[in-house]
Amino acid sequence: MTPPLRVVGKPRRRVDGRAKVTGQTLFADDLSFPRMLYCRFLRSPHPHAKILSVDTRRAAGAPGVHAVLTGADFPIRYGILPVSQDEEPLCRDRVRMTGDPVAAVIATTESEASSAAELIEVEYELLQTIADPLEALATAEPRIHDYGDHGNVHKAVALEFGDVEQALAASDRIFDDFFFYEGNTHLALEQHASVALLDRDGKLCLHSSTQTPHYVHRALARALDLPPHRIRVIATPNGGGFGGKTDPFNHEIVVAKAAMLTGRPVKMTLTREEVFYCHRGRHPVLMHFRTGVNNDGSIMAMDLETLLDGGAYGSYGVASTFYTGALQTVTYHLPRYRFRGCRTFTNKPPCGPKRGHGTPQPRFGQEVQLDKIAVAIGKDPADLRLQQLAPAHSLTANWMQLGTVGLRECIEKVVDGSGWRSKWQKLPHGRGIGLACSSYLCGAGLPIYWNALPHSAVQLKLDRSGLVTLFCGATEVGQGSDDVLAGVVAEVLGVDPDDIKLVTGDTDLTPVDLGSYSSRVTLMAGNAAIQAAERARSILAAAVGAKLGIPEESLVFAESRVFDAADPGQGVSFQDAVILAETANGALATIGSYTPPPSAAKYKGGGVGPSPSYSYSAAVVEVEVDPSTGWLRVDRVWIAHDIGRALNPVLVRGQIEGGVYMALGEALMEESAMRRLPPRLSHALVHKMPSMLEYKSPTTLEMPDIVTYLVEDPEPNGPFGAKEVGQGPLLPIMPAVANAVFDAVGVRVDEVPITPEKILRAMKNSDRRVGPTKFPAIHWPETVHVPPPWEGGDGKATKDKAPKSNIPLAGAQTGVSVPQQAGVSVPQESRTCGTDTPVCAPSTPAEVVRK
Amino acid sequence: MRTVPLALRVNGEAVEVSIASHKTLLEVLREDLRLTGTKHGCELGECGACAVLLDGKPVLSCLVLALECDGAEVVTVEGLAHEARLDPLQEAFADYGATQCGYCTPGFLVTAKALLDEKPHATRGEISAALSGNLCRCTGYIQIFEAVEQAAAKIADAREDEVER
Ligand code: FES
Ligand code: FES
Repeated sequence: MTPPLRVVGKPRRRVDGRAKVTGQTLFADDLSFPRMLYCRFLRSPHPHAKILSVDTRRAAGAPGVHAVLTGADFPIRYGILPVSQDEEPLCRDRVRMTGDPVAAVIATTESEASSAAELIEVEYELLQTIADPLEALATAEPRIHDYGDHGNVHKAVALEFGDVEQALAASDRIFDDFFFYEGNTHLALEQHASVALLDRDGKLCLHSSTQTPHYVHRALARALDLPPHRIRVIATPNGGGFGGKTDPFNHEIVVAKAAMLTGRPVKMTLTREEVFYCHRGRHPVLMHFRTGVNNDGSIMAMDLETLLDGGAYGSYGVASTFYTGALQTVTYHLPRYRFRGCRTFTNKPPCGPKRGHGTPQPRFGQEVQLDKIAVAIGKDPADLRLQQLAPAHSLTANWMQLGTVGLRECIEKVVDGSGWRSKWQKLPHGRGIGLACSSYLCGAGLPIYWNALPHSAVQLKLDRSGLVTLFCGATEVGQGSDDVLAGVVAEVLGVDPDDIKLVTGDTDLTPVDLGSYSSRVTLMAGNAAIQAAERARSILAAAVGAKLGIPEESLVFAESRVFDAADPGQGVSFQDAVILAETANGALATIGSYTPPPSAAKYKGGGVGPSPSYSYSAAVVEVEVDPSTGWLRVDRVWIAHDIGRALNPVLVRGQIEGGVYMALGEALMEESAMRRLPPRLSHALVHKMPSMLEYKSPTTLEMPDIVTYLVEDPEPNGPFGAKEVGQGPLLPIMPAVANAVFDAVGVRVDEVPITPEKILRAMKNSDRRVGPTKFPAIHWPETVHVPPPWEGGDGKATKDKAPKSNIPLAGAQTGVSVPQQAGVSVPQESRTCGTDTPVCAPSTPAEVVRK
Repeated sequence: MRTVPLALRVNGEAVEVSIASHKTLLEVLREDLRLTGTKHGCELGECGACAVLLDGKPVLSCLVLALECDGAEVVTVEGLAHEARLDPLQEAFADYGATQCGYCTPGFLVTAKALLDEKPHATRGEISAALSGNLCRCTGYIQIFEAVEQAAAKIADAREDEVER
C-alpha cells in the first residue's frame, strides 16, 4: 500500500517565497564586496570587421583605472557546445557583430570605467556583412567563422525515416506550406551580472546570474587555463532566465580574469541594451512543410525543411538546428518523416535557446498546417488531431521513446471547457477560435559533453538538530527548482518542506547538476533527491525500528514523526529518529544521482530529442479581430497541460500562465528585428529596438483570462510521476492564435508575430494570406537514412537509402497503434530508487479553473 | 568627486548621506544605503522594477534625481513588513504564486501597496491598471492580481475586526 501524499500535490508557499517578498533574495548585482572594482566593455560599432590595432594607452592612464584588457589577454576560445568553441572573451582580430567586445576597462567606479573605455582607439577594416540566411547562403566569402559545414553555413543536417517521397506520392493529397517565425528574446527582467573575486583560500570565485554554473565552470577552466578545482562558480538566484543565461558569457570570463589580475573583486552588470546584444534568443526560422494526407485526414508522411538565422556565434545552434525537427513526431503518429535543417551564420547577435528551444517555430508551422488540412478536408481540427495521436509508450518514426501521453485528455479538456464544438466556424465575423497542441522534453536525454556521468546529483546531510540540509547543483531561476527539491525530500522523509535547508548552484559545495535548461530539473534533480531521501529514510527506519522493536516496513514518516502504521502513538519525533540513527551509525549523509535511460535513437543526429519523458499541452484561444483595422485582441485562453503529477500546483499554474503570457508576447508583438544603418552611418546592422519600451511585451493590460487544466497521469520516469511544465505550455499558443485569426476573418498569417498590419495586408491580398512563398535551394548533406521502428529498423542508420518497400504504413489508419518498442528493447529506468515511490498510484485529473 | 548632503526618511528612519549630485534615487538606495531590495531592469523608466513609494506615491526611482527627495519619505520593499510580521501583500504574494523569480516583486509590492492604501476595494480592472507600468516576465500577471485581491480582503477583514473591537 502506498501512503497518501502529504506534500506532493498540495498547494504550498514556495520555500524561497519569503525571501523574495522581503527583498532578501540576493541577485548578482545586489552583491558588493569591500574594494570592489567595476568593469565596462568597449564594444564594436561595426557588424563585421578586422581589428587592425587597439590602443589602450590613454584609457590605462585615465582616472580610477586599474586595468585595461584586450583580446591579447585571452588566447583561448570557448563556447557552450564542444563542437562550437568559437567565442572570445574579448575579440582578438575580428568582430562579428555590432556589440562584440573589443576591450575591457576595470576601474574604481562604473562611470570611470565607461569614460575610460571611450578613450580606447581601435582601428578596424570593415568587411562585407551578412544580414540574413539568404545572404549567408549566397555569400561563401568572407566566412564569418573558419569552421562549420561550408561558406557561412554553420550546420546542415538531413535525416530521413522511411521513404518519404514514396509515401507522399501515395497520399491522396499533399499540403505544401511555408512559414516564417521571427526571432525574439528572453527579456528576463534582471540584466546579466557577475562578480568575481579571489576567495579566502585564494581560489577564483565567480558569482553570476547563470542558469548553468557547471558549464560556466567548464568555460572558465578552459578559457583561463585553470584547473577546475581552483574555480568556484556560484549561481545567484536568476531574475528570470528563459534560456538567456544558459551560455557562458564573455563578461563572466573577463571579470574572472580581472579579479585574478587586480586581486580585487570585480563586478560587471550589463545594461539593458547590452542584454539585447548578448541575446541567445529565439532563432528566426523559415520553414517548408510538405505533408501527405489521405482523404480521411490520416497523415502519411511529412517532409520538413528549416533554415535558421544563427547570428554571429555557434552558441547552442547545432542543437537548436536539430530541435527544429526533433519533436514533430511525438504528438501525432507520423509513419514516415524527413527533416532537413540548416543554420547559417550572420553578423547579428547570436541566437540560442529560448523557452522551447528550437521547437516553437516548427510547432507553429505544423499546427497551422494541420488547421489548413482540417479546413480543406472538412474535418474538425480537434478530431483531426485526436484520430492520430502518438500512442503512449511507443517509439516514434525518429526513435523517440514516449512514456505516458496525456494529449487526448488535454484536447478534450480545452475543447469542452471552451465550448469549441459550438464555436468553431460558428462565431460571427470578427470573432474566432483556434486550437493547437504541443509536446516538450523533460530534460535532454543526452548531456552536452558526452560522457556517462550522472546528469544530476543530490547530497543530504542530517544531524542531531533534526535539520536536513540538501546540496544540489540545480539553479533557481524562478521556476521553483528549490521548491521541487525541498518538496520531494519532505514527502519522503515526512517533514515540512520549510524545514529543509537548501544549498544549491555552487560548484564548490554542491554535487553537479547540469543546470536549469531543457526542462530537466524536476525530473532529473527530483529523482536524484528522491533517491538520496529514500536512502536516508532507510537508515532512520533501521535505527527507529531497532529501538522500538517495530519492523522497518511498518514505519511511517509523516508530520515530522516516525511511527508505527498500525499504532501511530508508537513512535519518535523526526529529530529523535535522526539522533538514534546518528548514534547507531555516526554522521549521517546520503547521496542520490540520476542518469537518463539510454536512447533508442542510435543514428548520428539522434542525440537531440530523446528525453526520459514528454509533456503534452493543448490550447484553445478565442480572439476578436477588427476587420477594418486588423486590430487583434486575445480574449481568453484555455490551456490543458499533461503534468504527470503536479508537485506544487501553485507553481505549476504559475509556469503554465507564465508560458502562455510569454507565448502571447511572441504571437502578437515581440520581435528581435535588426536593421541596417544607412551607409553614411557606418552601414552597421543594429537592433531596431534594444529597449524595453520599444521591444513590446505584454503588460497587465494585454493579459486575457486564462483557464488552466492540469491533466495528471503519472509518468513512470518522473519523480512522483511529475513531468516538466516550464516550457511546454508556451508552445501551442502561437499557432492557436494564428488559427483563431483565420476562424475570425478568414485570413492566414503564416508568420510570427501576427500583427494587425499583417492581418490587414492578408485581407487585401488575393490569396488572403501573408507569409513566405518559397524556400531556397540548399545544398543538403548526404541524408542519414534510418528506417522507422515499424519498418524493421534498429534505431541505427542504414548504409543505403532504405529499399523501396511496400510495407504498409503502420498506424496510418485511424486507431491502429504502433507496435510498442517494435522489437527492440529500450531500458526503461536507470534510477535505482526504492520501489515504494508511489509513482503509479491512480489519480484524478486536477482542475484549476480560473474565472 | 564632489558630494552633496541629502537628508530623507527611509522606511521610517531619518537618513543622512553624502552623495554624488547626479545620482538617482535608485542608485542612492542601492549603492549608498545598501537597500538592494529595490531592483533595476532598464534604468530608463520602462520596467517598473525600481518602483518605491515617495511620500506615499509610487515612483520609478531610476528616473528620480536623489537630490529632489531631500526631506521626503521613502518606502522600499524592506520597509513593508511591520516588524517581524509581513505585510498582507507580502504574505499573499508568497502564498499565491505572485512571485516566481522575484525580481519584479519589490516593484509590484510597493505599487500595489499604494493602490490599496488609496483604494482598499480596488477592482480587478483597477489593479491591472495600477500595475500596468510594472513588467513581469515570469508570472503572466494573473497570480499577481489574485494576490493583491487576497491581500485586500485580508486587510478589509482586519479593519472590520478592529471596528468591532
Ligand atoms: S529600472 Fe526603473 S523603470 Fe526599469
Ligand atoms: S517574478 Fe520574475 S519578473 Fe516577475
